[in-house]
Amino acid sequence: MTVESTAARKPRRSSKRTSAAKTPQSSEPELVQLLTPEGERVEHPDYEIDLTADELRGLYRDMVLTRRFDAEATALQRQGELGLWASLLGQEAAQIGSGRALRDDDYVFPTYREHGVAWCRGVDPTNLLGMFRGVNHGGWDPNTNNFHLYTIVIGSQTLHATGYAMGVAKDGADSAVIAYFGDGASSQGDVAEAFTFSAVYNAPVVFFCQNNQWAISEPTEKQTRVPLYQRAQGFGFPGVRVDGNDVLACLAVTKSALERARRGEGPTLVEAFTYRMGAHTTSDDPTKYRADEERVSWEAKDPILRLRTYLEQQELADEAFFTALDEESEALGKRVREAVRAMPDPDRMAIFDHAYADGNPLVDEERAQFAAYQASFAEEGN
Amino acid sequence: MATQKMSLAKALNESLRKALDTDPKVLIMGEDVGKLGGVFRITDGLQKDFGEDRVIDTPLAESGIVGTAIGLALRGYRPIVEIQFDGFVFPAYDQIVTQLAKMHARALGKIKLPVVVRIPYGGGIGAVEHHSESPEALFAHVAGLKVVSPSNASDAYWMMQQAVQSDDPIIFFEPKRRYWDKGDVETDLIPGPLHKAATVREGSDLTLVAYGPMVKVCLEAAAAAQEEGKSIEVLDLRSMSPIDFDAVQASVEKTGRLVVVHEAPVFYGSGAEIAARITERCFYHLEAPVLRVGGYHAPYPPARLEDEYLPGLDRVLDAVDRSLAY
Repeated sequence: MTVESTAARKPRRSSKRTSAAKTPQSSEPELVQLLTPEGERVEHPDYEIDLTADELRGLYRDMVLTRRFDAEATALQRQGELGLWASLLGQEAAQIGSGRALRDDDYVFPTYREHGVAWCRGVDPTNLLGMFRGVNHGGWDPNTNNFHLYTIVIGSQTLHATGYAMGVAKDGADSAVIAYFGDGASSQGDVAEAFTFSAVYNAPVVFFCQNNQWAISEPTEKQTRVPLYQRAQGFGFPGVRVDGNDVLACLAVTKSALERARRGEGPTLVEAFTYRMGAHTTSDDPTKYRADEERVSWEAKDPILRLRTYLEQQELADEAFFTALDEESEALGKRVREAVRAMPDPDRMAIFDHAYADGNPLVDEERAQFAAYQASFAEEGN
Repeated sequence: MATQKMSLAKALNESLRKALDTDPKVLIMGEDVGKLGGVFRITDGLQKDFGEDRVIDTPLAESGIVGTAIGLALRGYRPIVEIQFDGFVFPAYDQIVTQLAKMHARALGKIKLPVVVRIPYGGGIGAVEHHSESPEALFAHVAGLKVVSPSNASDAYWMMQQAVQSDDPIIFFEPKRRYWDKGDVETDLIPGPLHKAATVREGSDLTLVAYGPMVKVCLEAAAAAQEEGKSIEVLDLRSMSPIDFDAVQASVEKTGRLVVVHEAPVFYGSGAEIAARITERCFYHLEAPVLRVGGYHAPYPPARLEDEYLPGLDRVLDAVDRSLAY
């Protein structure tokens, strides 16, 4: 995979040729859209949004910086500084749109690709890199930014989000919870169980499925024969499909679902119809399973490009804004690069830290044995 | 001291009642735990007294029960979940092993998971398939979990109190064929640490180590051996993870012989762990190899054969004889 540039790319093909991918899902027309791939603002009867120029520029900035961070992490993996990276390239609108719909007191349960949502929550991007560098398995305090740890087992976190939301309801709070997962995770039993529990207990949770079309090498039609958002109906709550490359629509739809949850009306499934432009992770090789023309067709729907077109056409941002953002992007890239390289390996005794909260004599014994073994090298002068 | 005679099941019920009463963050969740009071009636009457918001009947989905309990714990609650039977825990095994056990370490200690998973386990009640298993070793092998099992009413009462108060996830195995055994419970006792073993019978010739349902069998074996002039010490392990090896070592250093007894299959079981560690610790004290008595490497058999499969008095005494013959 090549490292993508900071600036949004121009479409290489006409958007009229974007219907190449034939899946049961993509042939469905029911997408909530507020900004077309050509950057035109359109209205939707159920989802209105009215943002200031400053807010629109903010969304653009979030997406550009998130893409820059992602590109830097991909490059760092290629340079051997990270063991693995799960790129979000192409999913910036889904993540920034939904992430900016959240209130501070809402709680987020991510999978492992939600770098843009983490950005919206104020999690320092360098915090996300520890697990990919291999110095920890997450490490941040989820309660600092109400952003839970990345979860690698697919779909597990949807149940945690549901339980947390049940607790929110018990507490009488009016905050909401959002669980992120992908089209592949939708096949997992845990996701179905989360739907069941959230419906039965009317839990204030929004299920935000980023359908990026591919679960490693398996296309969405290997996961489902019906559009994913329609699953919700069978569980007794609404589902909605949104253009996942349209940051305005993602923002409006998520906000509406969160407000519904806050009003005590229970869960919503949002399917953000988007595309993973890069590989599943840096270990993956998408050229083995998908046609290049499919990727090219989705490049015409680039989430950053369409907002840029809109900002320019409406004269909501001038050249100075874009230039300053380019500089900010480069500074972010440099900061991330330096932070990763400066990240120390953990102390070897950390193996035993935090295995248990209340302590454990077995762990104490093994820690002491390990320490003695390590000390024996020092005694030998090695 | 307030001493009451009650069954192990009633002791658990009273202990859960006390936990709900003491801490408003304690919740009970599971299939049929509400109006029915659980299939073994361990939660009998609790929903009536504490409401549906504290004693929660759940959908029939074990992964969902444990997964949502994790979420509730992250929100500050202390859920006690009931898995209806041992063999039904496996749909939840992923949530227990990959999430419940690991999340505290994943967060470098910044969050805690005070969840108790109650599992009625073991055989001897003539049940159908998946209702008589002893999967404790599968959980004890996983770092991040603590695995305990009471053998009597008093321990059931106090170990449940300690489990609920623990900030670590606890897998609480309840010996279902001992639910109806009665014993004295001192309700204002100050218990020792949860992981400490108890010497339930003193002896000098051989040590029997057991936990949960097999403690009673071992006590009966020791009494029978006494009639033949053999002095058998019986240790109730109480905790399978961690294991109180110091207590086992002290006993073996005294008796020189060790037989470990459990219902679970011997192969890769807790007896193997105890035998290995005690051989390391007590090699020069041992008069005989550590022997194990337990289930076979075969699926738990249909009920008409379970008496053949489960370690009974004769099999324990046979192992005692073999050890003493060295």
